[in-house]
Amino acid sequence: MAEELKLFRTWSSVFALRIVWALKIKGVEYETIFEDLSNKSPSLLQYNPVHKKVPVLVHNGKPIAESLVILEYIDETWRETPLLPEDPYERAMARFWAKFGDDKVLTSIFWGVFLKEGKEQEEAMVEAMEHLQFLEDELKGKTFFGGERIGFVDLALGWLANMISIFEEVAGLKMVDEDKFPLLAAWMQEFADSPIIKDNWPPRDKLIAKFQALRDAKLAAAASK
Amino acid sequence: MADEIILLDFWPSMFGMKVRIALAEKGLKYEYRDEDLFNKGPLLLEMNPIHKKIPVLIHNGKPICESQIIVQYIDEVWKDKSPLLPSDPYHRAQARFWADYIDKKLHLLGQRLWRTKGEEQEANKEYIECLKLLEGELGDKPYFGGENFGFVDVNLMPYFSWLYVFEIAANFSIEAECPKLITWAKRCMEKESVSTSLPDRQKLYDFFLQLKKWHGIE
Repeated sequence: MAEELKLFRTWSSVFALRIVWALKIKGVEYETIFEDLSNKSPSLLQYNPVHKKVPVLVHNGKPIAESLVILEYIDETWRETPLLPEDPYERAMARFWAKFGDDKVLTSIFWGVFLKEGKEQEEAMVEAMEHLQFLEDELKGKTFFGGERIGFVDLALGWLANMISIFEEVAGLKMVDEDKFPLLAAWMQEFADSPIIKDNWPPRDKLIAKFQALRDAKLAAAASK
Repeated sequence: MADEIILLDFWPSMFGMKVRIALAEKGLKYEYRDEDLFNKGPLLLEMNPIHKKIPVLIHNGKPICESQIIVQYIDEVWKDKSPLLPSDPYHRAQARFWADYIDKKLHLLGQRLWRTKGEEQEANKEYIECLKLLEGELGDKPYFGGENFGFVDVNLMPYFSWLYVFEIAANFSIEAECPKLITWAKRCMEKESVSTSLPDRQKLYDFFLQLKKWHGIE
């Protein structure tokens, strides 16, 4: 029976990009459905009634939601080129770093530094630098977080490789200084240039416009309180 | 060589309870250490330098942090006894999805029940809706895991030990709204792995009153 695989995504969602990358690594064919989140399709609402978000992967009619859950599903279903290590301890470490990325790094950099200004931004910057230092330390002796090749953690943190420069340009400040974080900066470059990854970045000018608008709106809302 | 397992925990913690249940399900012997969260010990700070939080499982000297990650680790290492995650990738994904939902939504809403003044009605309503969604997911199955107690059951039961506290604090009753969940919780409590891992209700309630004082809430 032919596999039917669909990915619901938006043009810019970093979470959906994880799935695009994973499926590319596994060499799996699929159909893409681009969603407009201001006008969600009945299919999306049917496949992800709980969160109503992207990405959603639908495999032979069965939906899976939440990007890290989807990544593990992909890894368990298509077993070649594994994303997670075999050893249970190493797997636990990989899951830990992916969660750290989403819970802490994304929060401090995006919600803290990027969407704020003044004192709040300064405080968030201190936190963000601490988080980035943990990532820097984790890269010691490795090319990728996954070791010699791209793995689960690299896909989870991959948004840094593209979005940091967008945030830096829009917010007008440096977040990942190559002198302070040489390994992280090198990883970002290595990841962004990987054949699997580099053809899938959303258009830079569109991203700049989108995030500029987002930041302006957030700061205006905060100022009017 | 015998496994050396240490659990750094804090007895009222819902996250710690998940790990205790998982360890009990696997029939594992371990050393339990209750941490003083106002005066964190050197082992905790060494084993979880990034978050400095409990629970931390230390297996033969190697630390694993974050309760859901610990439970999965336990399930993968001691895979021959009482598997918590199903074997089929789709069902595993569903289990992980619901565990994630419980951690994200239920936990946050539970905090809102007693920490926010003036929003109690709204918080109660949202919490019940959350539980109803979970009740829908349970359906007519004896456990979220199907015939057997599983990953989602492990993740949700600790919230039920706190539910008694929430019901009093927020003045609402789950039994009327989600009777199937109450039946499920009672079924789970009949398991020794669960009943021995969860704290006594009264003790938890007394702790809760202390917690409110610390947070300056009447």
